[in-house]
Amino acid sequence: MDDIISYPFFQRALLGALIIGFTNGCFSAYVVLRRSALVAGSLSHALLPGIAGGILVAGALTAWSAFLGALIAALLVVLGSLAVARSSRLDQGTSLAVIFTIAFAAGLIMLKYVPVQVKLEDYLFGDILNISTTDLWVAFGIGVVTLTLTTALQRPILLTLFEPSVAAAQGVPVRALNYLIMTLLVLVMISSLQAVGCILALGLVVAPGATVFLLTNSTRAMFWGGGVLGAAGAAGGMWIAHWGDFLPGAVITVLLGAAFLLAFFFGPRSGFFRRAA
Amino acid sequence: MNADPASQAAHCTHCAHHHELQVNGLTVSYPKVRALEDISFSTSCGNTVALIGPNGAGKSTLLKAIAGLVPRSAGSIRWRGSRVSQWHREFAYLPQREEVDWSFPVTVRGLIEMGRYSQLGWWRRWRPLDSEKVEQALVSMHLEGLEDRQISELSGGQQQRTFIARALAQEAHVLMLDEPFNGLDRPARENLAGLLRKQAAEGRLVIASHHDLNTVEELFDEVLILNRRALAFGPVPEVFNRSNLDLAYG
Repeated sequence: MDDIISYPFFQRALLGALIIGFTNGCFSAYVVLRRSALVAGSLSHALLPGIAGGILVAGALTAWSAFLGALIAALLVVLGSLAVARSSRLDQGTSLAVIFTIAFAAGLIMLKYVPVQVKLEDYLFGDILNISTTDLWVAFGIGVVTLTLTTALQRPILLTLFEPSVAAAQGVPVRALNYLIMTLLVLVMISSLQAVGCILALGLVVAPGATVFLLTNSTRAMFWGGGVLGAAGAAGGMWIAHWGDFLPGAVITVLLGAAFLLAFFFGPRSGFFRRAA
Repeated sequence: MNADPASQAAHCTHCAHHHELQVNGLTVSYPKVRALEDISFSTSCGNTVALIGPNGAGKSTLLKAIAGLVPRSAGSIRWRGSRVSQWHREFAYLPQREEVDWSFPVTVRGLIEMGRYSQLGWWRRWRPLDSEKVEQALVSMHLEGLEDRQISELSGGQQQRTFIARALAQEAHVLMLDEPFNGLDRPARENLAGLLRKQAAEGRLVIASHHDLNTVEELFDEVLILNRRALAFGPVPEVFNRSNLDLAYG
């Protein structure tokens, strides 16, 4: 156990967990502030038919077929729900719920025709210990793009999240920024596929931000604190999973959930017991 | 002479100018209802203007239209003789309390710092001048000691003062407030009224929607009586009378 760190596969997995956890954790601040957790949940379900469709089209499960399939499926679900909401009496939440469950069900049916079913489970529940160099590069690329854009555009994004109409009146391109945030959300969720799988991806992109939100009054602390928590949860969870032979995605999610419960009950500012006292 | 309005704004001192806000034939329509119809009035720096009228009269819509938050279907709004959209930095809109996300993780200082974003743009570095403006705004609105409070941890009056401080940090010339006195007790209302009058005395234009008819004379110089159309506009002593109020509320 002690010298597991010396194995290249473990080093790769640890680096992957740190990159994926940090990127998702930072971005989770925006997901929480934009109140997009439900949209993120829908997207996580849309990733499955995307991956299955990617395999059917490409003929094999590769990092790129999964990435492009998931990206296209997620965009179709989000844009489809927007189109339904704008051209009917339904709100976007309802149309999103209908479309993502249909997409997920279609994905389950498509699994029957997918030739590599065993490996597909890795995408459902993650398999961080077997992360490939290509997966690592995809995660790194998504991390660099996401963190660069969100830090460079921090001021207009914050104005948009806090008061969208006032931001628009001040000349901020609110609609474009909202589309950018949605696109980045899809990207960071795809990057977390390898770590926790599409079913648990939601936890990684919501829990760190939600936890730090309970502890701080600063958006900057929420962003970077979410990143540190996400990275620690992903790397720690992976380590515990390897040690106890658990499913890494599940341990990562439970670990982040434990941090959330600690903040909820014992948070020094607004913790449950602090309020009750 | 610099033709760029934004550059001129930087050199404008509040008292030396007499800028005029001209609203002509303003009409705002929502999908199924016409919220404002053919509104015309003009006012200038140094005034405090009340927008009064019954519920649904279009008070908030008029403020939002001037601030550029809702599109207008007809008419024009001009500030300093040119289109108001050229001067968005000089306009600060302070929303109704119910419209603000009070759980947003931002402190009093953080919110006031947001006022500097329109001066700084997206990427320009924070300068000592920006910290100075934030400090001045804090002091001017008597918010010393509250800098690190999250915005939901403030009283109603403190919350209004924080948003006004943000407008001051923005170096706004026109403050548009949506029901600023709503929910304030008498001391807080008098305190806020004094601070708004001070802003007007320093040369800013203050426009506020207001529903309490008993305090209009005490708080404002000019009044626009509104019920989707402009029914009367002018100095409070001349316009704020029973016959004009009957037109709106009768």
